[in-house]
Amino acid sequence: MEISHQYVKQRKDFGRHPRFRDEGAEMLADIRPNEEHAKNFVVRKTISTSIQVGQQMSEHEVNTNPVVLVNRGVLHTEGGWPKEIDCTEIEQVIRYRKKVEKDEHYIRAVVALCAGAEEVVKENNAIDIYEQYWEGDDAKYSTEAAAAHTLTQLLDPSPSRRGAQYLCWHPDGSRKVAVAYSVLEFQAEGAPSDSYVWDLGNPAQPDSVLSPTSPLVCLNFNLRDNKVLGAGQYNGQFAVFDTRQGSNAVDATPIVKSHRDPVYDFAWLQSKTGTEAMTASSDGRVLWWDTRRLGEPREELPLAERGVPSGALFGAVSLDYSPAAGPTKFLVGTEPGNVLLCNRKAKTPADRVGASYSGHHGPVYGLSRSPFYPKMFASCGDWTARVWNEDLRTPLITTAYHTAHLTAIRWSPTRPSVFFSAREDGVLDARDYYLNTQTAPALSTQVADCALTSLRVHEGGSLVAVGCRDGTTAVLQLSSSLVDLQPSEKAATLAMLERETAREKNLEKAQKEAKIRARKDAVAQEPAAAAAAGADAAADAAIGEGDNIQQLEKEFFESTM
Amino acid sequence: MVVMDDISFVEEAMKRLHSHKGVRATVVMNADGIPIRTNLDREEANQFAALASQLTGRARRAMKNLAAASVSEADDELQVIRVRSKKHEVVIMPDFDKGRDFCLIVVQDPSAHQPLFSERAAGT
Repeated sequence: MEISHQYVKQRKDFGRHPRFRDEGAEMLADIRPNEEHAKNFVVRKTISTSIQVGQQMSEHEVNTNPVVLVNRGVLHTEGGWPKEIDCTEIEQVIRYRKKVEKDEHYIRAVVALCAGAEEVVKENNAIDIYEQYWEGDDAKYSTEAAAAHTLTQLLDPSPSRRGAQYLCWHPDGSRKVAVAYSVLEFQAEGAPSDSYVWDLGNPAQPDSVLSPTSPLVCLNFNLRDNKVLGAGQYNGQFAVFDTRQGSNAVDATPIVKSHRDPVYDFAWLQSKTGTEAMTASSDGRVLWWDTRRLGEPREELPLAERGVPSGALFGAVSLDYSPAAGPTKFLVGTEPGNVLLCNRKAKTPADRVGASYSGHHGPVYGLSRSPFYPKMFASCGDWTARVWNEDLRTPLITTAYHTAHLTAIRWSPTRPSVFFSAREDGVLDARDYYLNTQTAPALSTQVADCALTSLRVHEGGSLVAVGCRDGTTAVLQLSSSLVDLQPSEKAATLAMLERETAREKNLEKAQKEAKIRARKDAVAQEPAAAAAAGADAAADAAIGEGDNIQQLEKEFFESTM
Repeated sequence: MVVMDDISFVEEAMKRLHSHKGVRATVVMNADGIPIRTNLDREEANQFAALASQLTGRARRAMKNLAAASVSEADDELQVIRVRSKKHEVVIMPDFDKGRDFCLIVVQDPSAHQPLFSERAAGT
C-alpha cells in the first residue's frame, strides 16, 4: 500500500524574492532585414465576406404534376344466381322463384317488410315533409363582398407557348369549355395548330382534340347540335368540326372564297336549320356561310362606313350577334376603333352598314350586347370599356383609363348591372353598377402574370373562363354577390341607363343648338362689322368694362382688408 | 301469434301495400340481388335490384362504421332508405335481422297524396 502525502505551498511563500534594478541595454539578438524574404512579401488581397444577422429564409413553391385519376366501376345487372341456374332460361328462373317463394323465411320477411314499407307510404301520403312554407318573399340583398377564386387551370398541352385566343362554353350548361389556341403575331409560324375541348371534371387531359389545317382564332359550339363546332382559322378559312367524327375538320370553306386575313370572330345565326354562320375578319368583310354548302359564301358585306365613297374598308376584330336585338342585326368592332351597327336585311344594300359609334382610340377587341336590355351594349378597346345605347352616338358610361389595354368584355348573364373585362396586365375586372360604386370595379383580381386574351362567362353566371397569352385558361368561381340577381335590380339598372340616355340626348341637343346659334351670330355679325359704325360704341363699352373691373377690384380689396 | 307460413299472407300484404295512393311499383329481391317478386318488367326490376343492393350495401357499411364509434350503438342496423327525387320516392327496406336477407323496394309517387297541409288549412 502506497502512502502519499500532499504538501501544498504557493511559490511566493518559499524561496528568494526577486529583486529588480535598473541596468543598461543589453543586446540579445540582432536580426537584419532579409531582402529575399522581402521579395516574398505579398499584399493580402481584399476579400469580401458577407454577414447576415437575421435568420436566412427562403420560399419555394412546387407545382406538382397533375395526378391522372380514372374512375372505373362494374355494374352487375343480373343478380347473383346460383351456379346451377341459367338466368337466361325463363323456365329455370320461374322455378327458382317459386322455390324461394315457398320458403318460410321469405314469407315472414316479406310480410314484415310490407308492414314497414306501408308505414312509410302512409307517412308520405299523410303529410308532405318536404313542403315549402313561406315561399317567395325572402327578398335579401347580398352583403358579401365580391370575390373570385380560381377553380382550375387548363394548361396548353403543346410545348410551344400559344395564346388561348378564344373560349366557348358548352351550350347545354355542362362544365365543358372549348379553347382556340393560336399565335396572332405577324409571321409567327411553326406553332402546332391543335385546339382542345376541356371538361372541368378532368383538367389534366383535354376532352377532345380539334386538328385544323391552320391554328384556330375563334370557335363556337353550334346552337342546335352541340356536338358540332364551328371555327375561324388563322388563314381565313371557316371550318366545321364534329366531335363524333374524329379530330379533323368535317368541312371547310375553300381558301379562294374565304377571308384573306384571320377570322377574328364568328357567330352562329338563329335559324330553323341552325347551319348558318357569319364570319368577320380584318380584311374588312363579313361573310355568311351555310354549313350544308360551304363552297361559296351566301352573302358578303364590305365594312365601309356609310356615305364614304372612297371604299376604304374597316378591318373587323370583334363581332356580336344576339338574336334578342333582332335576328338580322349585329355589331362589328373594327380596327380603327369604331363600332358598326349592321343589318343584314336592310332596305337597300347601302344601308346594311348603319350607325357607326366612334370613341375608342384603338381596335375594339371586345363587344357584348346586354342580355337584359337589347339596346345596350358594352365595348372595350384601348384602355377603357364603354357602355353604349344603340340610339346614341356617344357612350353612356366610360370607365376611367386603365394602365393596361383591355382585351375582352362580357356581361354577366344573370345580373343586368355586372360586366367583366380582361386586361393586358393579367387582371380581371368585374364592374357592378348596382351594388358597387360606378367609378371603380367591384372586383379586380390578378388572374395571371401575362396578358389576358379572352373571357367568357358560363351561362349559369358563376363561372368565368379567362384565357391567357401563355396558353393557360383559368376558370374562376365568382362569389354569390356577383351571380344572384338582386331584388329590383333590373328596374333600377334600366332607370340608370335611361337617365344617362336622356342626359346624353339633352347634351347632344344643346350642342346642336349652340352650333346653330353660333352660325346665326356669325351671320349677324358680318353686316355689323361692315357697317363699322358700332366701332366707337364697342370701344366705349371696352373702356366701361375696364372701369368696372377696377371698381370691382377696389371693392374686393376693401372687403378683405 | 299466428304462424305465417302461407304464400297467401304475402299476397295479402302486397295487395294492401298496392292499395295505398301513389304506390307505383314494388320489387322483392333476395340477398343476391335477384328479383323474386315484382310488378315491373324484367329489365327494370333487374336495374332496381342491382342499384338498390349496391346502395344498401354501402349505406349499411357506412352506418356500421358510424355506430362502431360509440359503444352504446354498436349493434345498430340500417332500417330503411328513403330516396326522394323530384317525381318519386323510392323506399328501400332491407332486412338484415336474423339472416332473413330479403329486401323490399317500393316506388311511390308522393305528388298523388292528400292535399298539402297548407292547402287543407286554406280549404277549411
